[in-house]
Amino acid sequence: MPEMTMREAIARSLREGLDGDSRVFLMGEDVGAYDGAYAVTRGFLADYGPERIRDTPIAESVLVGSAVGAAMAGLKPIVEIMTINFSLLAMDQIVNNAAKLRYMSNGQFSVPIVIRTVTGGGGQLGATHSQSFEGWFASVPGLKVAVPSTPYDALGLLRSALKDDNPIIYAEHAMLYGMRGEVPDEWYEVPFGQAAIRRPGSDVTIVAYSGTVRIALEAAETMASSKGREAEVIDMRTLRPLDLDTVIESVKKTNRAVVVEEAWSVGGFGAEIASAIQAQAFDHLDGPVARVGSLDVPVPYAQNLEAAVLPSSQRVVQAIEDTFGL
Amino acid sequence: MKVAPKLEKTQAVDYYSQMLLIRRFEEASARLYMQGKIKGFLHLYIGEEAIAVGSISTLSEQDYVITHYRDHGHALARGMDPKVIMAELFGKATGSSGGKGGSMHLFDASRNFMGGYAIVGGQLPIAVGLALAAKYRREDRTVLCFFGDGAVNEGEFHESMNLASVWQLPVIFMLENNLYGMGSYVERTHAGGKDIYHVADAYKIPAAQVDGMDVLAVREATEEALKRVRTGSGPVFIEAMTYRFRGHSMADPVAYRESSELDQWRKEDPIEKFKVVALREEFVTDDELQGIEAGVQATVEAAIRFAEESPEPELDTLHDNVYA
Repeated sequence: MPEMTMREAIARSLREGLDGDSRVFLMGEDVGAYDGAYAVTRGFLADYGPERIRDTPIAESVLVGSAVGAAMAGLKPIVEIMTINFSLLAMDQIVNNAAKLRYMSNGQFSVPIVIRTVTGGGGQLGATHSQSFEGWFASVPGLKVAVPSTPYDALGLLRSALKDDNPIIYAEHAMLYGMRGEVPDEWYEVPFGQAAIRRPGSDVTIVAYSGTVRIALEAAETMASSKGREAEVIDMRTLRPLDLDTVIESVKKTNRAVVVEEAWSVGGFGAEIASAIQAQAFDHLDGPVARVGSLDVPVPYAQNLEAAVLPSSQRVVQAIEDTFGL
Repeated sequence: MKVAPKLEKTQAVDYYSQMLLIRRFEEASARLYMQGKIKGFLHLYIGEEAIAVGSISTLSEQDYVITHYRDHGHALARGMDPKVIMAELFGKATGSSGGKGGSMHLFDASRNFMGGYAIVGGQLPIAVGLALAAKYRREDRTVLCFFGDGAVNEGEFHESMNLASVWQLPVIFMLENNLYGMGSYVERTHAGGKDIYHVADAYKIPAAQVDGMDVLAVREATEEALKRVRTGSGPVFIEAMTYRFRGHSMADPVAYRESSELDQWRKEDPIEKFKVVALREEFVTDDELQGIEAGVQATVEAAIRFAEESPEPELDTLHDNVYA
């Protein structure tokens, strides 16, 4: 099967969207002449022209809000917010307008927009450029949230997003753009709300998404090689809708669960998943649901400090040992 | 008040009737609010009717109208059925949003009435997007976007003015300057003072200030703006000077302004002023005015009856339309 990077997979899906539907256009800060801050849209301006590849001012609120308006009028905008940290400047448009217009108008209007944005830390970009807010958006009814961790999913989820008539937050992890993976030539889609079991196991379930899937798989390797324990790794793929069935099924088998996210544990989305496990599989649990997330501080700049704050496979292994004695 | 040369009798009757409908509809809403039949926030447009009627009357069906939370006047001027608006205020199943929107969130897709927005300034970026869609599809549509003086200090206002101008989009930015952002006088909150239209210069958007208590002046300014916008030369900014005769919302005791100021502005009542002109120019007779009043009253009473008699929304509609 052919391989490509996450960046190439996303670009391929964007091109498919542009090629297949004249209502689709791209908008964002430096998506055109600059080729995109993370080079996802390299060459797009030359191929599609300035009407469909639109460089905007650095003005996130009107960037998202104008996409909402264009969507209400029947177009299908794809917006790039350069990083999820900047989405805070567009919160009014995302949360108060995009998420609610269909409900408040009782179905008279829909807001079919895809908001692509870049999440996560690990690049020593400091406290304001290393955050993971996808969980915040996942708590808002009316939004859908995709958090791909492989090139295959990046393409398949974006294909589904482009067919969806709802506002979608599509969070790309900054450290995964260069990741290579198999992507078939044949058409496929990855539906929202369907988690994937990345590694089967019987001793403990590790729930992860986006950048933490890689960490979970490393932890599972360590569990297997140094402790002879088999961890089952579940990649949520989307946070809203949330496929709890796959998680509960797994926990019923392993009787142990740890939820790993890159956001701060305090108030993090992992708490929602942990709560659901305890509510729906309480009798199957051999211990409390463990959690691993970022430590309760802003993300620092220095390499060693940043590494200490973000979740790691060592911390996952440690949490499993501390909680379950494995 | 000047009379525009093109004014015809039917238009005069129309403007007067619409302004009176807004006034009586809202007076009734205020009573119903005091009776506890309308809940939540209720922001009245009383005193500002000339702006909605004068400007919206110039539009075509395909044009978009978008506004803020003080939206009953714009909705009525755009032709929304008073019954479904009143039912929405009552939170009834027959309301424009089935009772899910409320006073601040009126919508009518069939009239390109794109909604009332309750976060100050939040509708401005959407107006830009509606205009972008029109330009992208090469459609002859203009967006008429209402906002108040309070919105001018929001970042969203400046982002929207800038992008509409950079991309030369067909938007009429219609500022309803009623001098108070909730309880704060405009000169205490806006560095440029109360004549806000100068702010448009920074974005190279042509701007005009107009008497917002004069329905014909508003109509004329909007017609001028439409001519320019329809040539594809980008947005236009209109500042309509006005005054709300009631508080910011029904919860507002109006302690921040002198009653003498209100008395002064009441002399500019847009309905009374237009009535004088319409009589003087013989567009209407006293008898006809009485007939209009009776017709408007009947319409409002029918709307209230409809709202009273309509059922509450079914609980099983609760989850409808969260997603498409």
